[in-house]
Amino acid sequence: MSAATVSPDLTPTSAAAARQLPRRSFLRDTRIVLVRELRPVVRDPFSLVFGLVQPLVFLGLFGPLLAGSAGGTLGGDVWLWFVPAVLAMTTLFGTSVTGSNLQLDLSSGVHERMLVTPLSRPAQLVGRALKEMVPIIAQSAVVLLVMLPFGLRPDPIGAALTLLQLAVLGIGVGSLSYALALAVRKQEWMFWVVQQTVLFPVMLLSGMLLPLETGPAWMRAVSSVNPLRYVVDSGRAAFAGDVLSSAVAWGWVAAVATAALGLAVGVRAMIRSTD
Amino acid sequence: MIRTRELTKDFVVSRTRTVHAVRGISLDVEPGELVAVLGPNGAGKTTTLRMLTTLIPPTSGTAQVAGYDVVTHPDRVRAAIGYVGQGGAGGASQRVRDELVTQGEIYGLDRRTARGRAGELLEALDLTEQADRKIESLSGGQKRRLDVAVGLVHEPSLLFLDEPSTGLDPHNRANLWEHILRMRTAAAEPMTIVLTTHYLDEADTFAERVIVVDNGQVIADDTADALKAELAGDLVTLRVAPDDAAALAAVAERAPGTRSVRVVPESGASSVAIRTVDGPGATPGLLRAADAAGLAVSRVDVARPTLDDVFLGLTGRSLRETGVDGSGAGPAETGAPTGATDELSTDGSEPTKKEVLA
Repeated sequence: MSAATVSPDLTPTSAAAARQLPRRSFLRDTRIVLVRELRPVVRDPFSLVFGLVQPLVFLGLFGPLLAGSAGGTLGGDVWLWFVPAVLAMTTLFGTSVTGSNLQLDLSSGVHERMLVTPLSRPAQLVGRALKEMVPIIAQSAVVLLVMLPFGLRPDPIGAALTLLQLAVLGIGVGSLSYALALAVRKQEWMFWVVQQTVLFPVMLLSGMLLPLETGPAWMRAVSSVNPLRYVVDSGRAAFAGDVLSSAVAWGWVAAVATAALGLAVGVRAMIRSTD
Repeated sequence: MIRTRELTKDFVVSRTRTVHAVRGISLDVEPGELVAVLGPNGAGKTTTLRMLTTLIPPTSGTAQVAGYDVVTHPDRVRAAIGYVGQGGAGGASQRVRDELVTQGEIYGLDRRTARGRAGELLEALDLTEQADRKIESLSGGQKRRLDVAVGLVHEPSLLFLDEPSTGLDPHNRANLWEHILRMRTAAAEPMTIVLTTHYLDEADTFAERVIVVDNGQVIADDTADALKAELAGDLVTLRVAPDDAAALAAVAERAPGTRSVRVVPESGASSVAIRTVDGPGATPGLLRAADAAGLAVSRVDVARPTLDDVFLGLTGRSLRETGVDGSGAGPAETGAPTGATDELSTDGSEPTKKEVLA
């Protein structure tokens, strides 16, 4: 199968030989899907800039308000409190819409084309989900660089670990978004209804924009089952240098649990995605 | 290459309604055949194809494709077949060459071999200039050629084409077919091709065998010529003075090969429309018989039947009329705009005929 014969007369070459090899590797299939998904991102990195608008708007137009109104109660550096939250927000928004990419492939023939190949179906979901890590880390890194001149001074190890944690979270949220796209493939508009309905409560109940400590008890109770809240808290602790704190540990638990749940739900949806 | 027995597919629409999309299709396709599955929208063509390509499981019955059962060994089937679906196979933001390389890797080629194969296909399908362009920037015909290239990356012995030329203009359609047929013969052993279509001329021109499907069942299966000869026959139209029409019809009834005769009154003259097995062969005899009976024929038209005539003969409905929205509305209320040759029509719409004599 290594005999690469480039013959213009289309004689059966190694393609025919490959047909005799039904053995497939899940990792290889995942890599194929991941590389395919990453190609447009790498070839056209400008598409990532769009995802930067929102965090920068929040940092530029909400950050100063926060510093003015709640600065006293937050204690210490407002940026160390707010920037990790904005990164989590970028992750949440970026990955929760990624199912719409799959919707495009569902409505065209791309998804169907993949299903007719021997490509592993779980790999078709996992490869797509893993791709989410790349924009998250790239966009977060840009936000951090932009904020340095404005006085952001995070703990470097804490910041790096936070990006990694967000990437893991993004695998989970992205998988759930894909699962949603597959679940509502016969009523495409439902995707946005569900996405928007879930997105804002999850965001506000994570304490991203304003501290939950000042909210009512019921809000704090509800937020305790919101994995994003633990990831946000973890980011704040890590940026401040408490890399080994329990907040960071709980952040990892929440991120890994979200990823595991998302992948499980997503793979299930992908396997059932034919009729 | 394909063997199905009593293949069925039901779709449960609601608790009270089940659509029987495919109702017991038994088919055998031999290696190397080029088969068109023809039928109106909603006839079950695409559903059948989706079962054969492992996209959906059958409700009952069996199907073996490329030697393997589609339910028990879908991976074997998938490795052996190529598929060009109705939708575009290439991702909009992907580049042409990349999609072909990816497809090669999916089928187990290493990257170098996949690149080589992609290059071959780009050249064979006239896409070399577009190789590094984004797929969203391609024209309709280019996109469709890419779809075919994607389906051929692994040199499948069996290729499924679902409505391959829908949406293409005649020029692009002819161009696409030129490429498909060339790829077919370029293979070491001729590729088996199964296509669905609701374009009559596509099935007529390119398929060596036509399977007519209606209402989830196979209602005819033969070469296009045999179907037309057996199920429709040629249409010979003779024009005479109105007074002579009845006498000429009687003469025509007695002529060998005549299947049916109908008188169509026209202004100033009458036409006698004769369905016969062999139009060009029967016409001289008809004219001699008319002459002997003292009937002056002023004009002769001979029309070869179309596959639409075949479908009409089988179902009483015209494909052109039922094929538009798949509602299966049955006999349409108005004549087909292009004028299908149609003895049952009451509006006397004239078929497109080849003029033989003036």
